[in-house]
Amino acid sequence: MTLTAADKALVVALWGKISGQTEALGAEALFRLFTCFGQSKTYFSHFDLSQGSADLKRHGAKVLGALGEAASHLDNLPQALSKLSDLHAYNLRVDPANFQLLSHSIQVTLAAHFPADFTPEAQSAWDKFISAVSGVLTSKYR
Amino acid sequence: MVHLSADECKDVSAVFSKVNVDQLGGESLASLLIVYPWTRRHFKTFGNLSSTDAILHNAKVQAHGAKVLGAVRDALKHVANLGGHFAHLSDLHCQQLFVDPANFKLFAGIVSIRVGQTMRQAYTPHVQASFEKFLDAVTDALAKGYH
Repeated sequence: MTLTAADKALVVALWGKISGQTEALGAEALFRLFTCFGQSKTYFSHFDLSQGSADLKRHGAKVLGALGEAASHLDNLPQALSKLSDLHAYNLRVDPANFQLLSHSIQVTLAAHFPADFTPEAQSAWDKFISAVSGVLTSKYR
Repeated sequence: MVHLSADECKDVSAVFSKVNVDQLGGESLASLLIVYPWTRRHFKTFGNLSSTDAILHNAKVQAHGAKVLGAVRDALKHVANLGGHFAHLSDLHCQQLFVDPANFKLFAGIVSIRVGQTMRQAYTPHVQASFEKFLDAVTDALAKGYH
């Protein structure tokens, strides 16, 4: 699975609109994740998971911020995400299935906030993009 | 078996009342064929699926998507026995159409995203949870007859 030039352009374009709202959008994506997929909460027993909590805003911003970082290094994701990859492999050890659940939650959030931009082509690009990022983050698991 | 509460059924019903099922179904099937191109293998008789534009304007895709989502909507009336309700369709998809049940989950995921795109903030996390639980129950029922 590779990102075409068109995919990369779509990722960068939508990131431009997301970058100013990473806290709100990130918090919403996480809350959707926890509401729809209760098993994902097992990694956040130390968080206040109520809607709009400071924990969700802070962490949501961190997650989307990392995607933004990835968006500006689309030609070298393994290097750009190396530290995060180590973190997930040796420290966090989030079961790989959860990356797909978070990807879905992020996509629903993006579709709801940017309905005109989240065309089927944009969805395809972002699905591939987040999948590529997830692949790097789980690449050192074993 | 998945049980939907009365409140969850109400949420699902509300979603279907707020979207144009035919249009959403058509758009969702088109999106499936665009986002997951390998799914085109099941639609060789549908004519031109060679580009995003061709897919988006393909009348057979629109019609079939409408039919599929209409069947999903109608299943809400049979939520207490989805396995029985979908027994024939499950058999059809397994024995005659040879569709991997993984595709049902892919389609359901896309439907949820398109609902979010249509309903925007009205598709709250809570409503999304109810609706996706219903879609899960439908896809499970459709896969039940496989062997």
